[in-house]
Amino acid sequence: MDKAGNVGVVKTQFYTFAESPDELILESDRTLGPITLAYETYGVLNRDRTNAILVAHALSGDAHAAGMGEGDAAPGWWDAMIGPGKAFDTDRYFVICSNVIGGCKGSTGPSSLNPKTGKPYGLDFPVITIADMVEAQRHLVDHLGIEKLLCVTGGSMGGMQALQWVASYGERVRSTIPIAAALKHSPQQIAFDEVVRLSIMADPAWRQGEYYESGQPEKGLAVARMIGHITFMSETSMEEKFSRRLKKGQYNFDFAADFEVEGYLRNRGDNFVRRFDANSYLYITKAMDYFDLSGGRLIPNGRTLPTRFLVISFKSDWLYPSHQSQEIVRELKMKQADATYCELPSTYGHDAFLLEVEEQTTLIKHFLDKTFNGYLVADGYGV
Amino acid sequence: MATLWRMAMASNGNRLDHQIIHRIVERGARVLDLGCGTGDLLYLLAREKGAQVQGIEVNDLAIYECVKKGLSVFHGDIESGLAEYPDQSFDYVILNQSMQEVKKVGWLFEEALRIGSKIIVGFPNFAFFQARAMLLFRGKAPITSSLPFRWYDTPNVRFLSFSDFKDFCREKQLKIVEAHYLGKKRSIHFWPNLFALNGIFVVAK
Repeated sequence: MDKAGNVGVVKTQFYTFAESPDELILESDRTLGPITLAYETYGVLNRDRTNAILVAHALSGDAHAAGMGEGDAAPGWWDAMIGPGKAFDTDRYFVICSNVIGGCKGSTGPSSLNPKTGKPYGLDFPVITIADMVEAQRHLVDHLGIEKLLCVTGGSMGGMQALQWVASYGERVRSTIPIAAALKHSPQQIAFDEVVRLSIMADPAWRQGEYYESGQPEKGLAVARMIGHITFMSETSMEEKFSRRLKKGQYNFDFAADFEVEGYLRNRGDNFVRRFDANSYLYITKAMDYFDLSGGRLIPNGRTLPTRFLVISFKSDWLYPSHQSQEIVRELKMKQADATYCELPSTYGHDAFLLEVEEQTTLIKHFLDKTFNGYLVADGYGV
Repeated sequence: MATLWRMAMASNGNRLDHQIIHRIVERGARVLDLGCGTGDLLYLLAREKGAQVQGIEVNDLAIYECVKKGLSVFHGDIESGLAEYPDQSFDYVILNQSMQEVKKVGWLFEEALRIGSKIIVGFPNFAFFQARAMLLFRGKAPITSSLPFRWYDTPNVRFLSFSDFKDFCREKQLKIVEAHYLGKKRSIHFWPNLFALNGIFVVAK
């Protein structure tokens, strides 16, 4: 680890399980196996194995959360938050991040080879849920020899996984930090996901998901990603970033990208098709739409939970608005769980969980410290 | 504004009102502080009384201070944050220097006594002799050390004396179990409605 507070060069690892005949039974009652999970770890697991933190990624994320992979131009997606002295301090904690099942960044997903046919699964891949993703992570955590996680955390879909961990394995989770998340998708969120999926499926190159030899539906996937990016920003952040600025200083009077915002979206779309599988986008958005821990499913009745909660939302996030985080909080108050909620005053919209480093760091650092050590050593406030 | 004032007061260290509330709360009690500010009182109760504490606070900077202390707090206003708590979740619901900023006081007391068995309420005395003198002799809205705001920047929406509060409790059929009257540095026992800056009352059904 270098002095700049980065975890340095990291290498993705792989863990394979659920081999025949012990395939994973999914929420849909279908089975999946063998399953490979791509994962990375940062920091050192302590002797008591009490300092492990599981970080779950969002829709298009991957296992590479921090540090530089070999030959990478940019660090992992949450590098600002994970590292020595950072919010998830790798000098103190052992941080794990794995790619979800259904993904396309090293974990088993629709682009993986189906052992039965020797060809990529395509639509033969079973529809998976957030609970299935968590079940796969649970196998990895067992494999790493960790009985109790100090914390499970993530933003957006990562926050859903964190909540699912509490619902599925509450007794194994000492604390959780769901950020910009929700107990369930609203019809508006489902609607956006449906438009995203239909834009992929409307591309003739999609071919019912069997495009792995012919090339993926780039146009459809690019549009899908563009829709996503609109929902990740706020009106204010778009105004600040682009306003009505023109790429060439004048109107073209044609349908090329006149405005900077158009250029930005096209650029993001084009880059995305080079790094992400269209079918994975379908499967993962579907998993998010099915997710529903409302109505008492987060903490079953009559169960007292040892888990501490830190729920974070962002004022300008209209995709996962604060009232959805407040719904989580209402559930926690009803069950008298130990919980903290904070709405951060960001203008970045949903993207804020990746960008608002300072405030999140303050909250997370001290919350983890209290979870790990109790009251007495919180800095400056020791007895 | 009010939170900043509370932050400033908190930095004074040993606050008389905190010491009194500290004496009232039993060891291991379940406590909810409505308008907990930077959490100094909750921290004191958690650390020295082993109380199970929770706070609600509207100011985000104050929330950061609470989290730094390891406290569990909810960011939000106190009037909309109570409905989800089951009946009798707490031994004490604290309203220290926050009741005077609340619009629906009657409703709040009902809710607080649904979710908790007792309320500890602390508020500034509008009938303090200096306040009376300012209004009577100078014809100006009172400013005292417990009511430090000017008319145009005060967070307070309720202005009351201890006598007013006792009338309120009588009308709502609430019992005042304990009453403490505070001057600048010590308790006041003589004519508190005239000579005390702040009062702390323990109220039950």
